[in-house]
Amino acid sequence: MDMFNVLTPGPYTTVQDKGRYGYQQFGVPPTGALDQFAYRVANMLVGNPEDAAVLEATIMGPRMEVMAESDIAVTGAETVISVNSQPMECWTSFRVKPGDVLSIGQVKRGCRIYVAVTGAIDVPLVMGSRSCYVGAKIGGYEGRILAKGDVLKRGEGGLLGVPRQVPKEFIPDYPSEILLRAVPGPQEDFFDRGLVRFFESEFTVSSNANRMGYRLDGPTITHREGVGKSIISEPSLPGGVQIPPDGQAIILLVEQTVGGYAKIATVISTDISRVAEAKPGDRIRFEKVDLETAHAAFYRQEERLQQIKARLSGG
Amino acid sequence: MSVTIQEKPVFRIAGDRGLLVEYGDDIDPEINRKVRSMAIAMAQESLTGVVEFVPTYRSIIIIYEPGTTNPSRLKDNLLSLEERLSEIEIPPPETVKIPVCYGTEFGPDIEFVAEEHGLTLEDVIRIHSEPSYLVYMIGFTPGYPFLGGLAEELHTPRLKTPRIHVPAGSVGIANAQTGIYSIDSPGGWQLIGRTPIKLFDPQRAEPFLLKAGDILRFGPISVDEYNCLAEGGAN
Repeated sequence: MDMFNVLTPGPYTTVQDKGRYGYQQFGVPPTGALDQFAYRVANMLVGNPEDAAVLEATIMGPRMEVMAESDIAVTGAETVISVNSQPMECWTSFRVKPGDVLSIGQVKRGCRIYVAVTGAIDVPLVMGSRSCYVGAKIGGYEGRILAKGDVLKRGEGGLLGVPRQVPKEFIPDYPSEILLRAVPGPQEDFFDRGLVRFFESEFTVSSNANRMGYRLDGPTITHREGVGKSIISEPSLPGGVQIPPDGQAIILLVEQTVGGYAKIATVISTDISRVAEAKPGDRIRFEKVDLETAHAAFYRQEERLQQIKARLSGG
Repeated sequence: MSVTIQEKPVFRIAGDRGLLVEYGDDIDPEINRKVRSMAIAMAQESLTGVVEFVPTYRSIIIIYEPGTTNPSRLKDNLLSLEERLSEIEIPPPETVKIPVCYGTEFGPDIEFVAEEHGLTLEDVIRIHSEPSYLVYMIGFTPGYPFLGGLAEELHTPRLKTPRIHVPAGSVGIANAQTGIYSIDSPGGWQLIGRTPIKLFDPQRAEPFLLKAGDILRFGPISVDEYNCLAEGGAN
């Protein structure tokens, strides 16, 4: 059924889900919601499966006319949202009716906003996912960012008996000084002093930051003497921190395919959500962790999500 | 230059979900054959906890689900798989023929390439369509093949100014590489022709024409044949 008529789309709003897996060997990166934590919670709030399709907005949300009675939840970056100019709360479900106008403003803290709706955003499944990969014009709404006048559909789904709200202690606070845990490698042996410098320094997110990757401004990270500055091209994984010949670090994300530069470290999967919520000007430091710590962080995050789910469906 | 497959693969940690397994340190058909065999063997065994894996020029990147498996278990899995590799049937690589209309509006740079090397257009077409190319890896854009085997006589630098729009199917040369644009995109390769065959079509049951390890051959066709294939059932 028709769900939203887009009045203003926001600068970069796409349909995303868990991601498109199994096709990296054919040059298709995973894409998917960049902040998987906020994304999954948004779905829990409206009673959807955790991997349902949502809208992901960057820096500023869309304004949309509602076309079907539904529950909506907005999570991720802190922003002002309203229905017919009436303020609403983030991380809380609310009911909307046909004719209502949902407005999502500019972010105050964080960078990416998620909008989940009863029954999920309905766009065609492309190779197992609804995620938009703008680079290849596939998935999402016609393979592109939303534009004024687009009409988004939603799937069937039951309305909630009672509204749901995420307890405060589970809501991330999105600071502008961000600590990212990272495991050295896969090419940490291309660096010696550079590796020390990398984990000691502070970086700033440059304006060149998108779903492909975040270019950071900061100290020059030099390669070890005698090693090549490039490697034989290989597909890159989200979180890999690539050091090109100019020594300026780039965090590779979900729409990057192949890279030819050594990766000094890899941001742990749990902390990709923190990268997703970093915006140009924010400060980043990297904390060196071992694989065991990284896996423990992953289990803890999954546990937290299960706790949230239990609290929401209990209330 | 002598190239050797490493006796033991090199394992590298790529974050908490990735393991990189390197079988050599060169762009070399022998190393890539090893990668292909291991990838086929892995696909047959469907290792527990492996979300997906990507064969590259000389390595395999494994993406796994933490909690279900871990790098040390994966290392054991792979080493044991390698020991049993001779027992696993590895089918010969598939040869895929790509029809190309050389020159005309489809290959606006073919004359430049010819002049650069003191060749005729016919020479360029012959030299380009003669060899069997190895698909080392797919990536960069969906379905895009990284090919090895371009004759040295055709090595040509990129355009000084890249084009804003290169249509999917364009066949180009950039230094020692030749390739086929798999989607419409900007690009700086010297364009010498175009194929009507889609390398990537998300609507097709098999969205990708090529896979790593395939052998690719270019076959010259006329403009009429191009149009016929483009309109008809080529895709």
